[in-house]
Amino acid sequence: METADARLIDAQGLDAVIAVLGELGYDTRGPVVRDGAVMPGTVTGVVDLPVGYHDEQAPGHYQLEYRGDNTVFAWAVGPGSWKAELFPPTQELWRATRDGGDLTFSEPDADYRPLALIGARPCELAALDVLDRVLRDGGTPDPHYRARRDGAFIVVAECGVPAATCFCTSMGTGPGADVGFDLALTELDDGAGHRFVVRVGSERGAEVLAGVSSLPASPANLEGRRQVLAAAADATTRQLSVDGLGALLARNLDHPRWDEAAQRCLACGNCTLVCPTCFCSDVRDTTTLTGEIRRQRSWASCFDLDHSYLHGGPVRATTSSRYRQWLTHKLSTWWDQFGTSGCVGCGRCIAWCPVGIDLTEEAAAIRSTDGAVRPGAAPGRVSS
Amino acid sequence: MSNHNELPTLAVWKFASCDGCQLSLLDCEDELLTLAGVVRISHFTEMSRATTAGPYDVSLVEGSITTPADVHRIQEVREASRRLITIGACATAGGIQGLRNFAASGAYAATVYAHPEYIASLDTSTPISAHVDVDFELHGCPIDRHQLLEVITASLSGRRPVIPGHSVCQECKARGTVCLLVSQKTACLGPVTRTGCGALCPAVGRGCFGCFGPADTANTSSLAATLRHQGTPAIELSHLFRTFNACAPAFLEESVSQGGPVPVTRGRPPTPTSGEEGR
Ligand code: SF4
Ligand code: SF4
Ligand code: SF4
Ligand code: SF4
Repeated sequence: METADARLIDAQGLDAVIAVLGELGYDTRGPVVRDGAVMPGTVTGVVDLPVGYHDEQAPGHYQLEYRGDNTVFAWAVGPGSWKAELFPPTQELWRATRDGGDLTFSEPDADYRPLALIGARPCELAALDVLDRVLRDGGTPDPHYRARRDGAFIVVAECGVPAATCFCTSMGTGPGADVGFDLALTELDDGAGHRFVVRVGSERGAEVLAGVSSLPASPANLEGRRQVLAAAADATTRQLSVDGLGALLARNLDHPRWDEAAQRCLACGNCTLVCPTCFCSDVRDTTTLTGEIRRQRSWASCFDLDHSYLHGGPVRATTSSRYRQWLTHKLSTWWDQFGTSGCVGCGRCIAWCPVGIDLTEEAAAIRSTDGAVRPGAAPGRVSS
Repeated sequence: MSNHNELPTLAVWKFASCDGCQLSLLDCEDELLTLAGVVRISHFTEMSRATTAGPYDVSLVEGSITTPADVHRIQEVREASRRLITIGACATAGGIQGLRNFAASGAYAATVYAHPEYIASLDTSTPISAHVDVDFELHGCPIDRHQLLEVITASLSGRRPVIPGHSVCQECKARGTVCLLVSQKTACLGPVTRTGCGALCPAVGRGCFGCFGPADTANTSSLAATLRHQGTPAIELSHLFRTFNACAPAFLEESVSQGGPVPVTRGRPPTPTSGEEGR
């Protein structure tokens, strides 16, 4: 996105942006501090955002610290993602009532109050793009996702302070954002004060910004933005080597590393549910005592035994085969299916794995021993 | 509504237990009348003294087997039941009274009762499935009433109950609870525990106690290694795994690995206690 038309606002200006969105009827959602983490919540002004909070993240570790400074976006993503706003954990699809032999069906309206996502990070924008390909732009669009997504107004907050779990630079998804937003903020907190460079990404973004008092961003402000992003990129030390990664994993389905990961893996499913792109869901029909039938969709995980349950039993009975499913889907077969990576490098699955399993480390281990085969694996036949 | 006498029959049986699980049925206040309209409750002594002879279409069995008399009674219940569903940690895993399996229960009886010679009990508390075939096991201490209604409804309509076997963690994530284990280093059994409670405890800042027993896949040794690394001593871990589902195999093995006593009957079949002999 061009930076020529960029504007400059201060914290009051950001308050005004949020207020304008509220007046326009948006349900203004953004990062808030709840229960010791940055989580999605309702935001009606800057005061609701994580002002003065900083995070420390590592495999299996997350800690929030309040330092009381005036920074608003000096933290990296928490466990909640915008996936939950657009693709909620449970969704009723339809219900039917019986009257004698007749069934009467009804569907819930896909008529949602438009969302404004304030302070989404660049990797989260990339995740929405990945989800769009699956849930909106593919052969069978999900009407509820589409309704929520198409109306959503997005204010992205570029990253200045990545966590040790972030690897967006490897995935090309951050720390800056080029497309996919209505407004983009870059927080500057230097000798000249605390402001935000604002770039406009859409017509409605321009309309919202026009309702707020702002200044043109100076060349020095733009240089400030460039430096913030460069420093953030330098501070992103975790790496995932994506060169030929899909093919690498595809030819190592019998690598001993899967069993090693399975020794530690709890098959708890946390990684898949915190992942902003995992879209698996389970559709179940239930009946009530009065004979009403309900079809409900709920989040599911490939770490569930049920996920691969076919007639007679689960296809992926071992944790090893389920860990392999997760990693190969994210980094390899997603490309075949949707033409992108299934991973955007947000690092959530690393921080929120209770035992700290790190997919970048797993992928690197396989790369360093490409072609190794676990004992007893039958050539040409993938074991489960 | 069809003739009451043609409705499927439901029976509720109690073995060694606290009655909490059967009370979950009475707790279904909103649905109870509806339930009474679609089944004939033929035997449920918490609700009514009036009982009807079997056979029963669906039997809900609460409690574990702890006495010689119950070893026989469960056979009768099985014979009288088309579908036998066990409810709760006692019936599915031996319950908290399964702790007797780790000590000589005769010593407990002598401490607790003035006249232990009147006590006729077994050395062990065992789940119903150790004695008879069980058609479905509903876990929890206590069970969740919504799950109970789902199991009853599914049984009546001949479909598979929608009861997941995955971890409590997934419920935490679905309800937006921030993980206590990762963010607070709280000892939490959620990753190895079957969901069903709605992830209640983590939502109020307490680590999961494992009330619903081991999940479908329960890598207890990996979780225990992490919790120990985070500072929970082995003996506390052993206690954590040894509560309501102490004798569920995955939890039992882990509690032993963390230094808890081994079951006294390991390697020998259950035998009657001195109380039994003294009768
Ligand atoms: S796989 Fe992990 S790092 Fe990649 S997008 Fe998902 S949660 Fe983020
Ligand atoms: S990684 Fe697993 S849970 Fe995620 S989308 Fe793929 S199959 Fe589904
Ligand atoms: S990789 Fe970690 S978060 Fe994912 S299922 Fe295994 S233990 Fe759970
Ligand atoms: S709090 Fe416990 S149950 Fe919840 S996600 Fe964390 S480890 Fe799992």
